[in-house]
Amino acid sequence: MAEVVLSHISKKFGSVTAISDVSLTIGNGEFIVLLGPTGAGKTTLLRLVAGLETADAGTISIGGFDATKSAPSSRDVAFVFQQYSLYPHLTVFENLAFPLRSPIRNMSEDDITAKVKEIAGLLRIEDKLQNRATQLSGGQMQRVAIGRALVRSPSIYLMDEPLSSLDAKLRGDLRVELKRIQHVMGATVLYVTHDQMEAMTLATRIGVMKEGHLVQVGTPREIYTDPVDLYVASRLGTPSINLLPSKDFQVAGIPDTVHTIGLRTEHLQIRKGKKGSIIGTVNYVEHLGDQDYLHISINGHELVTLSNPDDGLSTGDEVSLEFVNALYFDRAGNRVHRGKHP
Amino acid sequence: MAEIRVNRLQKNFGEFVAVKESSFTVKNGEFFCLLGPSGCGKTTTLRMIAGLELPTSGEIILGDDDVTFKRASERDIAFVFQLFALYPHMNVRANIGFPLKCDGLSRPEIRKRVEETAQILRITDLLDKPVSGLSGGDRQRVALGRAIVRKPMAFLMDEPLGALDSEFRHVMCNELRALHNRLKATTVYVTHDQLEAMSMADTIAVMNQGVIEQLGSPREIYDRPVSMFVADFIGSPSMNFLNLRTGLKAGSTSIFIDQTSVTIPAVREETAEADLVLGVRPENIFFSDSDGLPGDVFGVEYLGTTQIVTVTTGRGTVKARISSDTKAEIGDRVRLKFRPDKLSIFEKSSGRVLKSALHEGVTHG
Repeated sequence: MAEVVLSHISKKFGSVTAISDVSLTIGNGEFIVLLGPTGAGKTTLLRLVAGLETADAGTISIGGFDATKSAPSSRDVAFVFQQYSLYPHLTVFENLAFPLRSPIRNMSEDDITAKVKEIAGLLRIEDKLQNRATQLSGGQMQRVAIGRALVRSPSIYLMDEPLSSLDAKLRGDLRVELKRIQHVMGATVLYVTHDQMEAMTLATRIGVMKEGHLVQVGTPREIYTDPVDLYVASRLGTPSINLLPSKDFQVAGIPDTVHTIGLRTEHLQIRKGKKGSIIGTVNYVEHLGDQDYLHISINGHELVTLSNPDDGLSTGDEVSLEFVNALYFDRAGNRVHRGKHP
Repeated sequence: MAEIRVNRLQKNFGEFVAVKESSFTVKNGEFFCLLGPSGCGKTTTLRMIAGLELPTSGEIILGDDDVTFKRASERDIAFVFQLFALYPHMNVRANIGFPLKCDGLSRPEIRKRVEETAQILRITDLLDKPVSGLSGGDRQRVALGRAIVRKPMAFLMDEPLGALDSEFRHVMCNELRALHNRLKATTVYVTHDQLEAMSMADTIAVMNQGVIEQLGSPREIYDRPVSMFVADFIGSPSMNFLNLRTGLKAGSTSIFIDQTSVTIPAVREETAEADLVLGVRPENIFFSDSDGLPGDVFGVEYLGTTQIVTVTTGRGTVKARISSDTKAEIGDRVRLKFRPDKLSIFEKSSGRVLKSALHEGVTHG
């Protein structure tokens, strides 16, 4: 495992700028998740680190060596793709052993067996080792694909939405496993996803990408509680952050430059009744089981917030709202910090 | 629009029983969900209602009409599949109007109905566009339009949102439900996604191995599951199960887990079985400073407003959904308390819930 440093990386495809001046240090043992919508440049960045693309500008160093111009094979990275591409004619054991059988490794058969068994144990597929790769469920196939990367001990693991082809329950299970394995192995991981839940739960740090730029890098908690702009704020949180124009609301002590008020569940205090400055009406309560969404209309806007099932609120109820430590944004969408008047 | 009554419906494929003596009624204007894992018989049930599959026994009544052995084309229902299956060479207008053209309606009538439908779906501006350039959501709207335009007695939908990604699926759920509120059409909806069922259905039928295990409102099914299967299938993360070895007498209001006393809803029936399971939802667990079931924090998943803390206890692993303000770090020793009025007790061997005070009183909407 090693530190990977990206410094001022840019990449264009024809006239389209895919990556624009991105700098990022992935510390040894860190799990960094690049989060962004389709086309934000996250996969391109991953492919640049892998050497599947070459940067137009900037440098990439892996474990202290300048790898900017190195071929993928000499970079000491392992790549896990979204589509598990296993060898269908080989057993699970042979699929896992394949990277170790490379002639340059010159590993003894005993060592290979030991390593494969260790990884199979971590992934809980020991009992499937003799199965053909095609005789596995989707979740098991993806475990094997991840396992094939894990048997090697590269400087960094690069993963491109490895869980997105699985169903929700399986994805949740594998997410916890992946985090545990990374922790046990002390692996350095650069992981790409558009799923905020994966980003929040897996990452030691999240890098939020937008149109080729790395907009913000921080721990999940930092990104969630202290977003630099509207874009980052709306990438995280379920239900997503409510954005209201400040001109429609009288809030004491709000800086003049504020254009948009961002409100998440924890920024709202809701009481039944009409005593308060901001009055709304409950549109409906959406029961999602473990969590209920409260849809409230105020001043012609709709708010969606997590409800407390014990509030006993129902459709048509009038409620008073109070904003607590709301997030403020200016006209351009940048954060305006509390108490910093222009 | 009409009521659908399904009576002791059975379907065998050779030796295999796909649907076993299912009976239920979908009320006029109701949004009814068949929910269950793959292979539970939900799609087979839907296909029998549609007439795409003939039942081995039982009957299906649509409105006042016994349609059990009628052809699909003789039943006045519309089917929406997971894959949109639009005609790629026709524009949106022609796609929506196609079923009416087949029925031999006049051109002005088709035009009027298509435009009405487009308005309901808010896709009027797309009518003259080719379907090939449309986004997934718009394609699904067009597919819905083709079903709505016929004004059938009922809609049958087989995982119509299955092909969409998770964030967009929730948006479409809201849209479908809003559409249902406008049309008030009798709808039978098949899904394996509990979130879809919870957010849209008036009534959910949870199916397992060809049998409807529980029939009720989303709230009812979530709060008062009749079996461990239902309890486990609904909810994310799913219900925690703690193994108990204790007999219970009718009237008991507490149980002991090791040295910890846990208050439970008063039990209304006697059980001879000693192996019981305490079921507790993640959001009904609290951390306590003084007493409660001891455990060690194994993992913490930060989700913003809330976090999911995995705790290993002497009785199994427990997932708790608590506020992110509560401090929890891997390795911490914590004590867990449970919300007494929301606990379920199951018999381990049968998975059946024990009747208790939980099952009395008002049913929440």
